[in-house]
Parts: sequence; structure tokens; C-alpha cells
Amino acid sequence: MTQTRRQFVGNGLAIAAAFFGLPHIANAATLEEAIATFTGGSDAASDGITLIAPEIAENGNTVPIEVDAPGAAAIILFAAGNPNPDVCTVNFGPAAGSHMVSTRIRLAGEQEVVAIARMADGSFKQARQNVRVTIGGCGG
Amino acid sequence: MAENVVPRVRVPRDASAGESVSVRTLISHPMESGMRRGSDGNLIPRQIINRFTCAFNGAMVVDVEIQAGVATNPYFQFDAKVDQSGSFEFTWYDDDGSVYTETAEIAVA
Repeated sequence: MTQTRRQFVGNGLAIAAAFFGLPHIANAATLEEAIATFTGGSDAASDGITLIAPEIAENGNTVPIEVDAPGAAAIILFAAGNPNPDVCTVNFGPAAGSHMVSTRIRLAGEQEVVAIARMADGSFKQARQNVRVTIGGCGG
Repeated sequence: MAENVVPRVRVPRDASAGESVSVRTLISHPMESGMRRGSDGNLIPRQIINRFTCAFNGAMVVDVEIQAGVATNPYFQFDAKVDQSGSFEFTWYDDDGSVYTETAEIAVA
């Protein structure tokens, strides 16, 4: 059977989608699990937390991220599409001047960055932002 | 021990009492994620900084648990409240057990 150019391109895209698409679905489940481990399953409000991330990151090896959550006791960062979605957990102590942290993280590809803050009163707040990545940052 | 690990911190030289000062820290470290393969095709074992702490005169400012998702040369910027002169102590914990420390003085008027 001969393949037209159009079929060939279509098949290629389908294979690529299957190859790159499936890990995202698998990771979505692990992300929700990871979030539940941190929050204990309670709901997170979306006000009172600011996540500053670039819309497009040129280089996934180092993506600047800033999270500001006034009154937070701890902030946890997740990168939903990374092989290991955990990024870091920041605990604030009594000498913290504000509840802000700025760091640089790795992103494997276009994905959602999630920041969840545990407030001093035990409630949770979360912010999400999608980041497009030109060059993935997980080597390989 | 990873090679050429150099901690660098920047805090203001002086501040007024009760002020929030911005603290910037960086440590040069490869943060080998454990996901990459070397030229021989085998996985390079994970070696990252897994914890970073900052304290001011013994009181904790931040304590960060770090996973492989943090970029090479981990950088952290945060604010600390200073009410008297003293020193910041910064500590980084490596996967291989090494501990890197750095201190910075600040004068409060």
C-alpha cells in the first residue's frame, strides 16, 4: 500500500501525540495525588496568592517563578508535566519579612505550574499558570 | 562532593530596625536530576541540594525542601525582618551529605 504525503504527516502527528500526550495524562493523576498529600484533601481558594511566571519560557532549564502569599506558613510548588511534579516546599519562619519567594525551576515542556500555600490558620490557597516552553529542561 | 560548589549571598549592608530586607542567595551546583543519561547510556545518579535554610540570629527565616525540579545553581530570593544587628546563617544540604554554609552581617540602625 502506498502512502500519500498527507497520510504520512497525519500518522506522524498521531504517533507524536500518543507519545507526548500520554505522560501528561499519567502526570495529571500524580499531580492531584501530590496536591492531596499536601492539603489533606481540603479545598484551596484561589484568592490571596500571586504566582508570577513567564507565559513563554525560552529555556525550560531555568524558568523564573515568584510566589507571594501573605500570611502563608508554607508554599509548595508543582510542575504538572515534569517526570517528578514536586519542585520545592518553602517553610517560612518567625524572622521572615514577607511570605514571598522567588526561584528558578526546570520545566520539561509546556505545562501548568501550580503554587499552593498553607496559611497560618490551616486553610489552603492555590494559583495556577500555564507556561509555554521552547526548549524542554529535563535533558534526556 | 560536587565540584566547584560556591555559595553566594547578597543582603543589604545596613537597614533600619523592623525593616524587611531582600535576601538573594545562589549556590553554584549542577543539581543532577537523576533523569539524564551520560555518554555511556546509563542514568547519572541524582545529586542535588535537597534542603536550604536561612536563619537570622538563630531565628528561622526560610527552610526550603528542594526536589529535582529546581534549576541548576539554585537561586532563592526572599525577605527577612531585621530588628537588630546580627548575622544571617545560610546552609545548603547536598544529597551526598556535604553541608555548605555561608554567613552575612547586617548593621541595623
